[in-house]
Amino acid sequence: MGSSLRIVNGRVYDPANGLDGAVRDVCVRDGKIVADAPADAKRIDARGMVVMPGGVDIHCHIAGPKVNLARKVQPEDHRRDVHLRTRTTRSGTGGTVPSTFTTGYRYAGLGYTTAMEAAVTPLGARHTLEELHDTPIIDKGFFVLMGNNVLLYRLLQEGRREEFRHALAWWLHATKGYAPKLVNPGGDELWKGERNANITKLDQKIGPFDLTPRKVIAAFIEAANELGLPHPVHIHCNNLGHTGNYETTLETMRIAEGQRTHITHIQFHSYGAVAGKSGDNPTSKASEIVEFVNTHPNISADVGAVMFGRSTSMTADAPLAYMLRRFGGGKWVNADTEMESGCGIVPFTYQDRVYTNALQWAIGLELFLRSEDLWRMVFSTDHPNGGSFMSYPRLIRLLMDCEYRKQEMAKVNQQALDNSGLRDCLAREYSLYEIAIITRAGPARLLGLTEKGHLGVGADADITIYDEDDDKEKMFSTPRYVIKDGELIIEDHEFRADHEGRVLHVAPDYDQSIEQVIQPFFEDFYTIRFANYQVDDRYLHQHQTIPTTRQAVGVSNGG
Amino acid sequence: MGENLKIVTDATCTFCGCVCDDMVLTVDLDHNRIIKSENACILGKAWFKEHAIEERPFAIVKGREASTEEGVEEAAQILANARFPVIYGLSDTTCEAQRVAVAIGDMIGGTVDTTTSVCHGPSGIAFQGVGESTASLGEIKNRADMVVFWGGNPAEAHPRLFTRYAVTPKGMYIPNGKKDRTVVLVDVRRTLSTPVADIFLQVKPRSDFEVLWALRALVKGRKVDTSVEQRTGISLAVLEDLVARMKSCNYGALLFGMGLTMNRGRHFNSGALLALATDLNEFTHWVAKPVRGHGNVTGADNVVSWQTGFPFGVNFSRGYPRFNPGEFTTVDLLSRGDVDAALIIASDPASNFPKAAIEHLKRIPVINLDPKLTHTGQLARVAFTTSTYGINVAGTVYRMDDVPITLRPAFDSPYPSDEQILTAIRNRVRQLLGGNRPGAGTPLATTVS
Repeated sequence: MGSSLRIVNGRVYDPANGLDGAVRDVCVRDGKIVADAPADAKRIDARGMVVMPGGVDIHCHIAGPKVNLARKVQPEDHRRDVHLRTRTTRSGTGGTVPSTFTTGYRYAGLGYTTAMEAAVTPLGARHTLEELHDTPIIDKGFFVLMGNNVLLYRLLQEGRREEFRHALAWWLHATKGYAPKLVNPGGDELWKGERNANITKLDQKIGPFDLTPRKVIAAFIEAANELGLPHPVHIHCNNLGHTGNYETTLETMRIAEGQRTHITHIQFHSYGAVAGKSGDNPTSKASEIVEFVNTHPNISADVGAVMFGRSTSMTADAPLAYMLRRFGGGKWVNADTEMESGCGIVPFTYQDRVYTNALQWAIGLELFLRSEDLWRMVFSTDHPNGGSFMSYPRLIRLLMDCEYRKQEMAKVNQQALDNSGLRDCLAREYSLYEIAIITRAGPARLLGLTEKGHLGVGADADITIYDEDDDKEKMFSTPRYVIKDGELIIEDHEFRADHEGRVLHVAPDYDQSIEQVIQPFFEDFYTIRFANYQVDDRYLHQHQTIPTTRQAVGVSNGG
Repeated sequence: MGENLKIVTDATCTFCGCVCDDMVLTVDLDHNRIIKSENACILGKAWFKEHAIEERPFAIVKGREASTEEGVEEAAQILANARFPVIYGLSDTTCEAQRVAVAIGDMIGGTVDTTTSVCHGPSGIAFQGVGESTASLGEIKNRADMVVFWGGNPAEAHPRLFTRYAVTPKGMYIPNGKKDRTVVLVDVRRTLSTPVADIFLQVKPRSDFEVLWALRALVKGRKVDTSVEQRTGISLAVLEDLVARMKSCNYGALLFGMGLTMNRGRHFNSGALLALATDLNEFTHWVAKPVRGHGNVTGADNVVSWQTGFPFGVNFSRGYPRFNPGEFTTVDLLSRGDVDAALIIASDPASNFPKAAIEHLKRIPVINLDPKLTHTGQLARVAFTTSTYGINVAGTVYRMDDVPITLRPAFDSPYPSDEQILTAIRNRVRQLLGGNRPGAGTPLATTVS
């Protein structure tokens, strides 16, 4: 930081500021975008190049307890994909679940500068922050698993909505998390408490609680909106992966009743049934799902596209992982976290000849190609669930290059394509401007990160410069320059510097007396002392508190 | 007793993998020692009592008393000049120190290995092969109505595993504590743990695998011959009864110790047990958990895994992490005479490794970090005196169930922490090498930047 930079002659794609390939100078000073740079500022001549804000991944699994279990369980995946150390950067291993340093370098190597870990148990928050501290270059935050939290359930079933909201805020505060996350609400209690059962309906009773998933979801949506969180509640709906689940997804979105809500990896929740039969092969209901999102501006989603090849299914949705184990038949990890969550991990390979896998691939593309408001249907593969983040450039090419898409469609299970709507949206090709929306501007806006995803004055100087190329996969695989906080990290495709990156977190206000409600519960049921549960600031290192809409704008305490 | 007393509540005991965080410590600040440790078990009480500040040199370099700085310089010279060094131990220090130790291993192209390789390493290997259904200890406390202890003696090795987590405590769905649980113990002999069990299976030595495999067969409805009794000492009727109970409980937990992992069969034993837990999930909820020994051996597994992808026995000489237990595990490296220097942190291999390994330790330059003077410290070229984690040093440790806990040190020590010494060594080695050492497998072009 402290240095200045002027990027000249590049075509700038900055949708938040309406720039669609205009040739403009982009100036940087002290880690921020500025209107002008001093005459002696370092110049980058970006002639023939494309300048975009750094990529923002709204949903991925890159750090924390479940990620580390998924790393540990796949030595074979690391062995064939190693990451060499250099004089200045650390070594590591790749595969679908790379080691921490490799994760940071590889994200940066694709031009991404921000990524959100999407599922962390409160008990695992400290672990997650330790890993994120070892994840270089990128800024990062994490979503806190709350949808199966036993104490929150107790408050809800007793109708204590005010205290529920304070407890939710306390938990975000105590963990240094970014947003509340719901995963298959209600499912864990049945999984752990009723011999591996699961929730299948939004109005089903949740085990011993006088609650249903519908009530839980409604309460979280309401509380998150009341708190004015920068990102609303982030929902992994019930019935993920099940034939006919699109009705659950539509019903979940209806619960929002106009309030801001984010539905994640919506591809996995867009499956119909053949002629009303469940248990059969799924069909695509992408058009119904997109139609709902298009017409409900309070709803946003990330796609969670599937890419063929190796993946790792890792999820707080433990019953889902157990179901997937039957298809893979290989290793299976289950990890229950007291009072908070379940977790399942299964290495998995998506195959283009397999009906269901090909259908999932097609639905992912369909969702992108049918979307009318790109700002609310943003890019993700639910890394590494639908595929590694290393497959992002190929996915971008599938969206931008109609001929390539046709060529790939010819290789997959044709019956699956027949049951998708992908053949109906052949003509659409994403432009660079639209790619910049779904991979940068859109996710940043949905996350409430006002200083990211754009190149306007005052934005973080997180910038990626690509060589223009007709082969979009190649273009997005190898940016020529990557700038993080104004620092030149990658120059001429090579790493020039290491960089720590910041933890992005929220600190919503809450009534401190809520601790008197929470503490006795800890003493009865947790095996860790209440006083040792909250994560202290030492784990944050470089960090930034993103204010809620109720808090004064600009409150930040960068470390 | 001095007059200057301090009470530290919610402190954490790092003696064993239970990492109990409910200690109430009374500290005599005049004499720098803990005089009372409420809630600690007998092992914890000894741990707190024995870690007072002793008058020892900050470092001993080549047999002479030295400053920490002199020790750092000598240690850095050794590591910068070594061609195939090993970094070992790490299970009794903070994650913060472990992270620096792995960074040094990466920088110099050495090997990083932890005490996991001589305790639950086979469980780590089994985990890579079959996965694991597992849980945090609170799930066992709140839900487990059947608990099976296999190859361990918690009453003497992990006393509060029984009383705080898995047998006697009352839980959300276990309102009457032990009365609501069926407790099974499997071991080759009776121990102080045996009276806790409702069912005790005394298996013949070296037959754990056969017992586990017979249980797997019965769970899957296969036929098992009555000769199983002759081989294992357990009758078919007892095994069938056990399987019936396992299938009909609501939430079962298998907790296993080194009696299983360091026995004939090693990772096959751990793998059989993990597979049994997985199989049982066809019928009801089952989890399994290795009962870990050292206070932060679980942290070491986690740190080495997140930085390299592998849990222990990781070599960096080619410029990237490689995992190969048997090749890159410390007993093997030393016994074969492969390594030319050793950095040993918070561990005492010279007191418990095989003779051939100890003989090699005597031949090579050894750097040792330990609060106490150990056998390893005595043969080391550089021996640092360090402060004790959890007692003098803050930081993070992971309980045996991967739950991270922040330490609350009781009193200050004049001696530096492992993390401080390792950071100083890393910085000096980096200076000597001019950055990370290129790996043997590194193409030249990627090292010049």
